[in-house]
Amino acid sequence: MPSSTDAKVVRYTAAFFENEDDLVAGAGAARRAGFEVHDAYTPFAVHGLDRAVALPPSRLTWIAFVAGAVGLVFALTLQVWTSAYDWPLNVGGKPFNSFPLFIPVAFELTVLFSGLIAIGVLFARNRMWLFSKRRVFEHVTDDRFVLVLKQSDASFDIAKAVNLFARFNAINVIEGDQFV
Amino acid sequence: MAVAVEQLAIASDELHVIDVAHPVYSKLRHPLIEGNKSNADVTRDICHLLEPKPGIGWWLSLSASLVLLAVGIVATTYTVTTGIGTWGLNKTVGWAFDITNFVFWIGIGHAGTFISAILFLFNQKWRTSVNRSAEAMTLIAVMCAGLFPIIHMGRPWLFYWVLPYPNTRGTLWVNFRSPLLWDFFAISTYFTISAVFWYLGLVPDLATARDRTKSKLRRVLYRVMSLGWNGSNRTWSRYETVYTVLAALATPLVLSVHSIVSFDFATSLIPGWHSTIFPPYFVAGAVFSGFAMVMTLMILVRKLMHLEDYITPQHLENMCKVALLTGSIVGLAYITEIFTGLYSGNPNEIFVIINRSLGPYAWAYWIMFGCNALVSQLFWIKKLRTWIPAIFVLSILINVGMWFERFVIIVTSLHRDFLPSSWAMYAPSITEVGLLVGSFGLFFTAFLIFLRLFPVISINEVKGVLNYAKQH
Repeated sequence: MPSSTDAKVVRYTAAFFENEDDLVAGAGAARRAGFEVHDAYTPFAVHGLDRAVALPPSRLTWIAFVAGAVGLVFALTLQVWTSAYDWPLNVGGKPFNSFPLFIPVAFELTVLFSGLIAIGVLFARNRMWLFSKRRVFEHVTDDRFVLVLKQSDASFDIAKAVNLFARFNAINVIEGDQFV
Repeated sequence: MAVAVEQLAIASDELHVIDVAHPVYSKLRHPLIEGNKSNADVTRDICHLLEPKPGIGWWLSLSASLVLLAVGIVATTYTVTTGIGTWGLNKTVGWAFDITNFVFWIGIGHAGTFISAILFLFNQKWRTSVNRSAEAMTLIAVMCAGLFPIIHMGRPWLFYWVLPYPNTRGTLWVNFRSPLLWDFFAISTYFTISAVFWYLGLVPDLATARDRTKSKLRRVLYRVMSLGWNGSNRTWSRYETVYTVLAALATPLVLSVHSIVSFDFATSLIPGWHSTIFPPYFVAGAVFSGFAMVMTLMILVRKLMHLEDYITPQHLENMCKVALLTGSIVGLAYITEIFTGLYSGNPNEIFVIINRSLGPYAWAYWIMFGCNALVSQLFWIKKLRTWIPAIFVLSILINVGMWFERFVIIVTSLHRDFLPSSWAMYAPSITEVGLLVGSFGLFFTAFLIFLRLFPVISINEVKGVLNYAKQH
């Protein structure tokens, strides 16, 4: 949605494709031609697109790793503290700190923390939430593939962009302030 | 603001346009989806299943399932208001039907995670046609399983006492050395991770359904549940990362869950339970029974919902191969158990083995042995692996066999213990049978609702494999 308070409104160009191979090839060519790729919109995860638009790998794996480590430390601390320090109970003569028996719960909580925090951060990072009002390109959840370029400066050449996308079977190219 | 489209037409003349309508198929790969579908065809085929009002067949199935569920509700109410004395348990056999059903349902769940996580990590593209419904089956099966221990507690409303939370009993903590507690952590983690994994896979498809549906109520439901999904590549990139992370987490998780279930038995000193073979034996059995249930359901779903192009005989054959492998591991475990028991030199171990196969519950033992170890071997024959009525019958036999496996392990190890004066027989009471019937009612009710509410096949993942066999 265009924001009227912005002094300088950034314009975007969107190209529509009918299949993923054209989109990937078109995105790579646009980047090599010096255009700034804003984003692409696809009905499914298109492999090779991240490389074509030079999107760096997500750091969410590190978040999952750290969350798992936190879960592991929490689980071990909880078990050792409750079983050996806070209220030690003699269960069948086993040692109060029966460490090997704490491994199963420690493993489960590692997985639980890692999984839940990774998905929570994913939703937060993508601003996905229950009452999201984001707009969607028509047919992009069906069979349309869209590449959006950012018209970063005045030198942006729309005719050049149209010609480039035509070479990759683009079915339409439109301009606008902000699409989605 | 459309830019002159005329320019496009001129420019595209210079191109070598590949004819998309007639793709060239590779000789090495058979297409995963039949019928030369386009992306739009996939959207239409799967979403179309949700849009018209449900037919008479669906209502009849739902009514039958609700009747079964009602039986379960009556049995549960009777158990909770009267007590565990309504079951057929006695002093010798203190664990029987209830835990059999619990282990059975947990096992069923394992195939869903196996398909969604392990096959994903192994890059098995055929999983895309079956993973959605297999994961739904997992969630429902784990719910059914979870009910049994909760009902067995006698005061189910106090089930949260197994959580380690600060309490007014001096803070008396739970016993972290007990496999039953590990079980609670394993199953609740398993359920949670399976649920978020399933939901994450569902989000892009809910967006597809949202953008198509004509019904107001459904649009609100899908809009809220799809979290504003717009197919952005940045979103997809992060999504794929987290999906892979969850698959990597779910893989050891699924192996741990049934290992921990087997610890409930293996850490005790009962002959027939006290065995180091239990964790791998249980995990293989779980995947085996789960695949049998997936095959039963998928054969029905593909027929009744006309999904023959999506769930092809090739998918079923692949699942038969997994069942053959895991069934053979289970058969090997049976034989190993006999060998280690007889070779142990321990009279109690030897007695349990002989009593199992020749004692009063021998009929159950041989149902188990026949339906699991022997029936699975029939999948060596390609004709049977590819003949759908045969797969259907064999998959039901395997389900029966795997239920009996748990019954045999539990009851035959207990009913003749160390002291012959306390030997006893066990037979389930009508209430216990009612609980089992009710769990099937819950399973089918929930599965039927799933079929009508959510895309039954992963639309976005299937679109990603349409080009699987096309030559580039």
